Amino acid sequence: MKPFTYARPTSVAEAVRDVAAEPGAVFLAGGTNLVDQLKLGVARPDLVVDVRRLTSREITDSDGGGLRLGAATTNSEVAADRRVRERYPVLAQALLAGATGQLRNQATTGGNPLQRTRCVYFQDVTTPCNKRDPGSGCSAVGGYTRYHAVLGVEPVQPDPDAPGTCIATHPSDMAVALAALDAQVQVLGPDGARTVPFPDLHRLPGDDPSRDTVLAHGELITAIDLPALPPGTRSGYRKVRDRASYAFALVSVAATLDVADGVVDDVRIALGGVAHKPWRAARAEEALRGRPATVGSFRLAAEAELVDAAPQPGIDDGNGFKVPLLARTLVATLRDLTPGD
Amino acid sequence: MDAEISLTVDGARHRLTVDTRTTVLDTLRERLGNTSPKKGCDHGQCGACTVLLDGERTLACLALAVAHDGAELITADGLAAEGELHPVQQAFLEQDAYQCGYCTPGQICSAVGMLQEIDRGWPSHVTEDLTAEPELSHDEVAERMSGNLCRCAAYANIVPAVQQAGGRRS
Ligand SMILES: Cc1cc2nc3c(=O)[nH]c(=O)nc-3n(C[C@H](O)[C@H](O)[C@H](O)COP(=O)(O)OP(=O)(O)OC[C@H]3O[C@@H](n4cnc5c(N)ncnc54)[C@H](O)[C@@H]3O)c2cc1C
Ligand code: SF4
Ligand code: FES
Ligand code: FES
Repeated sequence: MKPFTYARPTSVAEAVRDVAAEPGAVFLAGGTNLVDQLKLGVARPDLVVDVRRLTSREITDSDGGGLRLGAATTNSEVAADRRVRERYPVLAQALLAGATGQLRNQATTGGNPLQRTRCVYFQDVTTPCNKRDPGSGCSAVGGYTRYHAVLGVEPVQPDPDAPGTCIATHPSDMAVALAALDAQVQVLGPDGARTVPFPDLHRLPGDDPSRDTVLAHGELITAIDLPALPPGTRSGYRKVRDRASYAFALVSVAATLDVADGVVDDVRIALGGVAHKPWRAARAEEALRGRPATVGSFRLAAEAELVDAAPQPGIDDGNGFKVPLLARTLVATLRDLTPGD
Repeated sequence: MDAEISLTVDGARHRLTVDTRTTVLDTLRERLGNTSPKKGCDHGQCGACTVLLDGERTLACLALAVAHDGAELITADGLAAEGELHPVQQAFLEQDAYQCGYCTPGQICSAVGMLQEIDRGWPSHVTEDLTAEPELSHDEVAERMSGNLCRCAAYANIVPAVQQAGGRRS
C-alpha cells in the first residue's frame, strides 16, 4: 500500500478545504470500500481526510414529513430506524439486502452511494481499465460480463479500446432505493453548499468513465434527505443474486407505488445491477401512470423500459440473462406492492 | 507516515505508534500479540477478523487503526476474560459448532454482536414484517451470520449454537 498522510480536521468546512486543495486527497468514512481499494492499489491517495466523526450521525424529522439522514449514520442504524422501517420500507429492505451485519455497522450514508464498481478488472491493477486508468481501454468487453451493464450501453458490442468505453455497473443497493425515492443529496464544496437530486448524482460513462458521479473533487456529502411519500404509497426492494446472502445484485428493483381504484396514480422505479448508475426507469413509469395496476400493465411497462437493453457477450454466455430476469423482477416487485394482491 | 494512537483491547489500554496504513486487525495481531481475530481474506469477504469495536461487530481488516484512535475493542479472547466462557463460547462448545476452529473467534464475536442487534429489535433481510420484533429462527440466524464464512461448513451446528446462546439470555 502506498504511504499516505492521515488527517482528521475539526470541521466539515476544513475537511472540504483540505481535500479541495490537494489533488491526491480523498475522504474516508466507514472505510469498507476505500480501505479495500488502498490494499488493492486501486486507490493511491497522498492524503486521507477522515470525515466519519465530523458529519452528522443523526436521523432527524424534516418539515413536510420527510427524514434527513446525516452522512455518518451507519447503514445498520438507518435500516433499523423505526421511521425508516415504517415510512420507507424500500430503503430499509435495500440496506438489509446489502453486504453483512458487520459491514453495515461500518458503512455510512455518505460512503455507500459513493462506493465504486465491483468490476473484476477495475479491481485488478494488472488489467487495462478506463475507469481506473483513463485511456487504457476496457478489459470487460467480451470478458467476464455477468455483473456488467445492459442499460445505458451501446447496442452493438462497444469498442474495448475507446477511452469512453466502460460497461461497469454501480454496485450499491441503497443507491437504487434512494433513486426511486427522489432523495436529495446535501453537498458541501469549496464554493459552498448545493443540493443534488439523487437520480442525478451518478452519471453514465460518457467520455470519462473515471467519474462515477457529478460531484467535483472536494465536494462532501453532508446529509441525504428523504422526501415524504404521498399517503397510501407502498414501497419495496427486490434483489436477485447468485447466492441467498452476502452477494452483490445481478439485478434489483426499487419501487414506490400508489394505486387508487385499481389505477396507478403514481409510480417510481429504479433498477440496480444493470447500468453505470442506479437506473431510474422513466419509460416504465410513464407507461404505468393512469393504467390499471395489473400484471399485464407491469409487463408492458417492463418491455417499454427494456427496448434498448444491450446484453453484453462474454465468457459463460455473457449477461443476456439479465434482460428477462430484470423484466420478471420488475413485474414481481410491482405485483407485491399492488393492494389487494 | 506514523501516528500515535490509543486503543483499549479486552479491557487493557495501549498507547502505540502505528503507520497510518495499519489496519486494526494487523495492530491486534502483529503489534499487540492478540491473535484471536484471524486474517482470512483481508478484504471484508469472510468475517474471520470480526471483533466488537465500540460495542458493535466490525471487520477489523477494513478498519484503519488511526481512524479508530480511542476505540474500545473486544476480541473473542477478551470474552472469556476471567477464564470463564462467555455463553456464546459455551454454546459453541456444547453444540460442536466448529471443526478446524479458524473461523470460530470471528463467528463468536459476530454472534455476540448479532444477539445484541436482535435484542434491540433490528430487522434483517429475512424479517417478514419489518416493524415486528424479530425472532431467533433458523433463517434469521443464518441470514444475520452470513458474513462469517466457515470453510469447514460447520454451519449446521453454528446456527443451533447461536440459538442456544440467544435463548439463554434473559
Ligand atoms: C465483501 C463486501 C460485500 C459487500 N456487499 C454489498 C452489497 O451487497 N450491497 C451494497 O450496496 N454494498 C455492498 N458492499 C459495499 C459497502 O456497502 C460499501 O463499501 C459501503 O457502503 C461504503 O461506505 P463507507 O462509509 O465504508 O465508505 P468508504 O469506504 O469510507 O468510502 C467510499 C467512497 O466514498 C467517499 N466518501 C465517503 N464518505 C463521503 C462523503 N460524506 N462525501 C463524499 N465522499 C465520501 C470515499 O472517498 C470513498 O471514495 C460490500 C462490501 C464488501 C467489502
Ligand atoms: S467495465 Fe469499466 S470498470 Fe470494468 S474494466 Fe471496463 S472500464 Fe474498467
Ligand atoms: S479477514 Fe476481514 S473479512 Fe476476511
Ligand atoms: S471451523 Fe474450520 S473454517 Fe469454520
